[in-house]
Amino acid sequence: MSAVPEPSPARRLPLSVANVEVIYDHVILVLKGVSLQVEEGQIVALLGANGAGKTTTLKAISNLLGAERGEVTKGQILFYGERVDRLTPNELVRRGVIQVMEGRRCFQHLTVEENLLTGAYTRGRADLRADLERVYAYFPRLKERRKSLAGYTSGGEQQMTAIGRALMARPKLMLLDEPSMGLAPQLVEEIFEIVRELNQKERVSILLAEQNANMALRYADYGYILENGRVVMDGDAKALAENEDVKEFYLGFSSAGRRSFRDVKSYRRRKRWL
Amino acid sequence: MNVGFLFEVLIGGLLAGVMYALVAIGFVLIYKASGVFNFAQGAMVFFAALTFVQLVKMFGLPMWLAFPATLLVMVAVGVATERFVLRPLVNQPPITLFMATIGLTFVLEGLAQLVWGSQPHGLELGIEDVPMEWLSQAAGINVSQFDLAAAAIAGVLVAVLAVFFQYTRIGRALRAVADDHQAALSVGIPLKHIWAIVWAVAGFIALVAGLLWGARNGVGFSLTFIALKALPVLLIGGFESVLGAIVGGLIIGASEKLAEVYIGPYFGGGIELWFAYVVALLFLLVRPEGLFGEKHIDRV
Repeated sequence: MSAVPEPSPARRLPLSVANVEVIYDHVILVLKGVSLQVEEGQIVALLGANGAGKTTTLKAISNLLGAERGEVTKGQILFYGERVDRLTPNELVRRGVIQVMEGRRCFQHLTVEENLLTGAYTRGRADLRADLERVYAYFPRLKERRKSLAGYTSGGEQQMTAIGRALMARPKLMLLDEPSMGLAPQLVEEIFEIVRELNQKERVSILLAEQNANMALRYADYGYILENGRVVMDGDAKALAENEDVKEFYLGFSSAGRRSFRDVKSYRRRKRWL
Repeated sequence: MNVGFLFEVLIGGLLAGVMYALVAIGFVLIYKASGVFNFAQGAMVFFAALTFVQLVKMFGLPMWLAFPATLLVMVAVGVATERFVLRPLVNQPPITLFMATIGLTFVLEGLAQLVWGSQPHGLELGIEDVPMEWLSQAAGINVSQFDLAAAAIAGVLVAVLAVFFQYTRIGRALRAVADDHQAALSVGIPLKHIWAIVWAVAGFIALVAGLLWGARNGVGFSLTFIALKALPVLLIGGFESVLGAIVGGLIIGASEKLAEVYIGPYFGGGIELWFAYVVALLFLLVRPEGLFGEKHIDRV
């Protein structure tokens, strides 16, 4: 269970993040040396509580930190062996790294179809029609709603639009931030099923930040757990889901059954990772 | 009341309104795409008109050549503005950007006069500002053919812009950026290019507005003040809507001419200059976001 995987330059992984430190506004240290890897064709879950640094990690990779006055101050990010931590989001999308932001962030005043088309901005005009149909095949519901303004569609449809929009860029690596946020459990499952399908059929590697650890570990191959800007644990998704500590802290069950609130607190205080 | 005369005033007002709308659209474009209220729009109008006139007068360029040449200059101004004014100020609060555009206003005004001199000039576009004979005889209404031509040009320009925004890849990207900068960035739309394009388009609109207003009022420093006339238009139409700018322009144009003719005499005339602001204030009280301003889409 090492927090820092040994560097393996020979293997050209879709994503290799090594010791990345992120500072906001020149003073606020948010990531304190995060390292993680995504292997070809994997779904990797990034778990952690609010404020643990999941979103910041994703934004460091997709380089959307600039707009929030954050910057990567240490470490490096490799995409198929190429250093990408100084590239603009536009260059990253062209290479095949795209982020689906937290809270969906559809263009409210554009129709669903126009939203999808903006995802193909970096690709020019070729094969737009075919790619739209491909997205509609994964999300039939979007086809029905394609003429409505995205702002007036349901939360689930917006999440589908956001994922479909990213798909239009023909990514190799998709960074999904909290796709389950604010959605009904059944819908969350539907979305995760589609994500798995995309992963398998389109060969898109996926890095998935989630608070819903239970759901994420069911679909992921591998998982990392972030706490206070550090990776505190990582392992196969199955192993993580079985792990007592993970069960206790993130999945909401424990071996000893229900305890009183006071016990839980003292237990937490004693038990710390790293 | 003479109905023919009423119509004449109304039509004259509406046509003048189209020219206000033209200036207002320049504001709307930049506001929508970058959230900046571009105080320098009036200066851009002045800069464009003066450049055009001097290219024709000093260098003897024919007008058909002076137009693209001036357009090139305006595009350069737009791109330079993005590069040297906006880009360093990215992520600053809107008021900072607004102040920067005030600075830009004076730079542009100064630059225009430094390069081209501060003499006012006349501008002849070849369309005379006279009533159309046939209409006067048929209906007894005098409508200036210049006003009509100006309105037609503005109309074509708006139609072209609408098609550009609605159906092109860049236009779609512009609307996406207007909606959500961050999300646009996340799908790989390069904000810097988009902003440069928007400023270049605003420069183009400033050029058209500058030519039309310059032909009407002469090309001089006073051209910068027509930007102030665009403010009530924006208040009425909303800052985010091209359609709003047009409707707002029509309302302002018509109401100020009607007011001047029918209410003016009671105040001793001259109310045309400030009546627009009164109308805008009334609208502000009732609809603060303007007629077509962006309604925030809220799902409940």
